[in-house]
Amino acid sequence: MTTKTLNIVIGGEAGQGLVTIGELLAKTLVECGYEIVVTQSYQSRVRGGHNTFTIRTSNAGLAAPQETIDLLIVMNEETVRLHREELSKNGLVVTDSSIKIDAIPCLGVPYGELTSRRHENVAALGVATFLLGLDKTVPAQVLERKFGKKGAEVMAENRKALDTAYQWTSDKLAQARPEALDFLKLPETKRQSPRLILNGNEALALGALSAGVKFCSFYPMTPATSIAVTINQYAAAMGVVVEQAEDEIAAINMAIGAAFAGAPSLVTTSGGGFALMTEGISLAGMTETPVVVMLGQRPGPATGLPTRTEQGDLELVLYAGHGDFPRAILAPGSVEECFHLAGKAFELAESSQGPVFLLTDQFLADSFRAVVPFNVDELCSVQTGTDPSPAQSPYRRYALTEDGVSPRLLPGFSRHLVIADSDEHDEDGHLTEDLEVRVRMVDKRMKKYARLKNEVIPPSYLGAEDPELLLVCWGSTQGSVVEAAGALESAGRKVGVLHFAQVWPLVAQHFVEYLNRARQVVAVESNATGQFARLLERATGLQIRRQILRYDGLPITPQTILAALKI
Amino acid sequence: MSTLQDFGQYETAWCPGCGNFAILQAVKKALVASGLSPHQLLFVSGIGQAAKTPHYLNANVFNGLHGRALPLATGAKLSNPALTVIVESGDGCNYGEGGNHFLAAIRRNINLTMLVHNNQVYGLTKGQASPTSQKGFVTKAQPGGVLAQPFSPLAVAVAMRAGFVARSFSGYEEHVTAMVTQAIAHQGFSLVDILHPCVSFNKLNTFTWYKERCEKLPDDYSPTDWEAAMKTAVKWGDTIPIGLIYKNEQPPYEENFPVLKKGPLAKQGVDKKALQDIFSRYL
Ligand SMILES: Cc1ncc(C[n+]2csc(CCOP(=O)(O)OP(=O)(O)O)c2C)c(N)n1
Ligand SMILES: [Mg+2]
Repeated sequence: MTTKTLNIVIGGEAGQGLVTIGELLAKTLVECGYEIVVTQSYQSRVRGGHNTFTIRTSNAGLAAPQETIDLLIVMNEETVRLHREELSKNGLVVTDSSIKIDAIPCLGVPYGELTSRRHENVAALGVATFLLGLDKTVPAQVLERKFGKKGAEVMAENRKALDTAYQWTSDKLAQARPEALDFLKLPETKRQSPRLILNGNEALALGALSAGVKFCSFYPMTPATSIAVTINQYAAAMGVVVEQAEDEIAAINMAIGAAFAGAPSLVTTSGGGFALMTEGISLAGMTETPVVVMLGQRPGPATGLPTRTEQGDLELVLYAGHGDFPRAILAPGSVEECFHLAGKAFELAESSQGPVFLLTDQFLADSFRAVVPFNVDELCSVQTGTDPSPAQSPYRRYALTEDGVSPRLLPGFSRHLVIADSDEHDEDGHLTEDLEVRVRMVDKRMKKYARLKNEVIPPSYLGAEDPELLLVCWGSTQGSVVEAAGALESAGRKVGVLHFAQVWPLVAQHFVEYLNRARQVVAVESNATGQFARLLERATGLQIRRQILRYDGLPITPQTILAALKI
Repeated sequence: MSTLQDFGQYETAWCPGCGNFAILQAVKKALVASGLSPHQLLFVSGIGQAAKTPHYLNANVFNGLHGRALPLATGAKLSNPALTVIVESGDGCNYGEGGNHFLAAIRRNINLTMLVHNNQVYGLTKGQASPTSQKGFVTKAQPGGVLAQPFSPLAVAVAMRAGFVARSFSGYEEHVTAMVTQAIAHQGFSLVDILHPCVSFNKLNTFTWYKERCEKLPDDYSPTDWEAAMKTAVKWGDTIPIGLIYKNEQPPYEENFPVLKKGPLAKQGVDKKALQDIFSRYL
């Protein structure tokens, strides 16, 4: 089988409907059986600005974005100016015929003649369908599903725009040098059984719903907002209370209150909002209240680059909250993993009775992928609280136990009284200044790390048994690192990839061998200082000197890595 | 049903003569009058001398962070509306550190009772100005006297048309009991601002100072007249009105969530059929 991978960029101003074309095209590609990785780039404004919706597609497996552009569909002139340097050797620009472009291969489409302004999006889809050599009936079905409910007339107009543009492209290319454009034709591929198209945030939301989230509080902040908004979309059907709080401090305290009263609880935020939550995180630690925090990272400090990506908040999350208390930090590497780790986060929060964090970033949050449907019957939801019937009176919320985890009764569900305190407290939950009790209680809480460590997800390893080069990464960069490693392998090098989907706690024996065995270790991260490399050094004593760091707000691509390694 | 004994008797960390004692006693009486048992109640407090009150009675308790009692209580109420939720904390905690939450709780009209022990000073931290301290009030932290205007919680609450707005004074224990009982009965957000002396750190607003000024609202006072309530709420001088200043019946916030009609969130599992339907939207 020949493999072909293409990168399609749709660019224009916000409000020009490029996301609509992008989503329709992405759906079409997936239904035709191709893989996709979507990267969205937008500016922090409502209208105007320069925005792109990028679909990388292939008939083979795919998990990373790409820098060069094979097909550039533009809605305005600026997009051409900004991206012409990125066009690949045969790269083609598709534009409105009124836009004059010189010195690069360009297909000017007379949208005005083919269709009405409102349907230019769909016309662009028709052009792309022809250029990519896709079965024309597929986008028609995709349109049917999107617009079918709006009535026959709306559907007919859309259908007409699609067909007319498709036919126009076909006729046009029949006249002039079609071979040059053959490289845009995707090899035929087998239709697959239906797959879900999800971005990272949707996967987190669905994962949380599957796990049984019942309370979600948030304060809007890009790129995390759509997690809560997606949950809210299904709040009535799934029985969830979603509350936009007056600020992030309120959001975390609400979630703690809801969790104390028994609801599996979630807050969603980004770095700045999370910074405000930190005292609340400490409260969850002290009161041993399960709460899940999903943090979509964007570049800081302060407001930073609101709509871009970075992995710069690892240390913030690791050290957030004053005092010592246990925590776990998950960092999914793919959209599918977003779904599964959302469930894991709720489980860990409940079993360790404390805060659990899930770190993603703008790149993964907005990145659509095709995912094999989840089997509903295999999904487990979290059970909150402990059965009150065996509890002795007076119930002691913080009873000392072997592993530090005390039976957690929920207030109001029995005659037992549940007392929680942010002050240091005794087993009964009442505040104390007895310093011996203090030590016992700190030790009790820290004991819960043993349980968390037992449940740690070990890093995944991929590659040669004894690599000369080991690439270490965490979270969303996994796809790019794996693809770069593949390219290096093809060039004859022995490479391994160690990816961490859980970055805290770290169990050194899970991975220290890999670090020791490799001739050279290189850390790959989207931040300026190698925060995860530093954490690994803390856990193992091993320093990773060579680091590939990207912090311009764009995702790490295979090219980022290969260029840094001078391949 | 319950009796005073059900709510227990504990040693406290308060100074002799503190107004908190009378408030604690009044709250217990109000709970008995309301027919509530300890396990049906959730007290949520912040940090301060007032915020310790829930430790001195039998109930479910979450003693949270300074200033954050209201959002925590809101989350708990939205998680289990069957709980009678009472927020109890000081003036600094509720109006200073937690000011934004005060506004938001009124706007939501969440069904909980907010008891503010207002001694016009930060007691626990040994006597700094609070948002309700009078202009010119001298403390070690404000040696030249407080420069800012005092915050008027009642005026703000009435202006925002809060559900239930009352003031009381710890010197009139029966009055406190009555106000708290009515506040608990009110379906929606209720505020009882309870003036009380801090014998250690407020030498200006003493027991006698309050006693001389606090005056019960006349029997014919109508708490549903918003304009009259506004005038009453801003009164602060030689006489300080106490009683139910404003009342406004609106559906409480939690009634907006259909899921809560099915009971507490803790008892609601995952509807796998609904979940499957949601998944298929992404096909
Ligand atoms: C975040 C935070 N800031 C400051 C404090 C210190 N602090 C504890 S109580 C308090 C003031 C309490 O005043 P008030 O709420 O009026 O209660 P009172 O002691 O007067 O009853 C302060 C500033 C704290 N515990 N947490
Ligand atoms: Mg005070």
